[in-house]
Amino acid sequence: MGMLDPIKGFGVTFSTMFKKVVTEEYPEVFYPTAPRYHGRHQLNRHPDGLEKCVGCELCAWACPADAIFVEGADNTEEERYSPGERYGKNYQINYLRCIGCGLCIEACPTRSLTMLNFYELADDDRQKLIYTKEDLLAPLLPGMEAPPHPMRLGDDEQDYYVRGPELARQAGQDRQSSEVSAQ
Amino acid sequence: MGLEEKLPSGVLLASVEKLANWARRSSLWPATFGLACCAIEMMTTGAPRYDLSRFGMEVFRASPRQADLMIVAGRVSQKMAPVLRQIYDQMAEPKWVLAMGVCASSGGMFNNYAIVQGVDHIVPVDMYLPGCPPRPEMLIDAILKIHEKIKHEPLGPARARLKAERGEELALPPSSLRYARKKDRKEREAAIPPNEREGKRRSTIPLELLEQ
Repeated sequence: MGMLDPIKGFGVTFSTMFKKVVTEEYPEVFYPTAPRYHGRHQLNRHPDGLEKCVGCELCAWACPADAIFVEGADNTEEERYSPGERYGKNYQINYLRCIGCGLCIEACPTRSLTMLNFYELADDDRQKLIYTKEDLLAPLLPGMEAPPHPMRLGDDEQDYYVRGPELARQAGQDRQSSEVSAQ
Repeated sequence: MGLEEKLPSGVLLASVEKLANWARRSSLWPATFGLACCAIEMMTTGAPRYDLSRFGMEVFRASPRQADLMIVAGRVSQKMAPVLRQIYDQMAEPKWVLAMGVCASSGGMFNNYAIVQGVDHIVPVDMYLPGCPPRPEMLIDAILKIHEKIKHEPLGPARARLKAERGEELALPPSSLRYARKKDRKEREAAIPPNEREGKRRSTIPLELLEQ
């Protein structure tokens, strides 16, 4: 115990004034999450705009918090929302129940349901926090057409799934070339 | 309550309302109500990494009489419910409640007899914050949205009636977009889903489904 020890303590405090600040200035500066962060869900589309959801309810069955409600219906030739027989007619995720575990994403057989990194969901209305299909569907990219419409990329759903990666690549290239020509 | 209820609303009281709301939201002191894992995130939010004192609310009051905002962080059991209500009653007006996490908002994954299915069964809730647990940024986002609500709170019934007649609707866009620096704004906008940018997303649930 020396006489100068209390002053040494102040020295530590003083020296922090010249150190880099560790605070994350959240609302002004946004620090991105990890790429696989479990944020809000999204219902994806095929490259021609048809929905990937087939209304199988596997996500709802996998959900440990009972946050997902799905009701499937049959596609008809006149009114087609997804390639194949069935589509998700009614799709709801209750964000007041969802714990963001990602089991629904693992359960989805068509990669229809995925998660975004978006997380700023707080609201003062419980009803608004029940997201429906309109809220969850991915926005239409150039080259996509809002369903219902007939299958554009093949004769049956096999073409959509077997040639899936090829179609996705092709759509990406078309989009890039259209952007280049637009410029 | 006081004079503001008897006077007709006008320029003078509108300015008083602005001043009162500014004072109320600039030093909103939270009461500690950590009940479960969400409390860990709430403590992180108060710590230097996220530093809640940037918004004038660094002191988590242990006494309800000195607090304005109750952050209910975690699941509320049936046994805890009367305690929660008592603490809420002890807080001085005006007071706000933030239901942090899915358990406080709706019971979350604990859909059983031991857990209250949402604290809005016991106290009025001003902001629901989903997430399990919500990350500190989400809590700050919810708090900033509460600040926005306080900013537009009417002073007395005369102003409330006037605001209701005008039909003004409060938009609550994501905080990282609202407070983004000018140079980052475009980048932030691109990262946020289009239907979330405005903060005016309406509920799209068909009414007949809610009545079921």
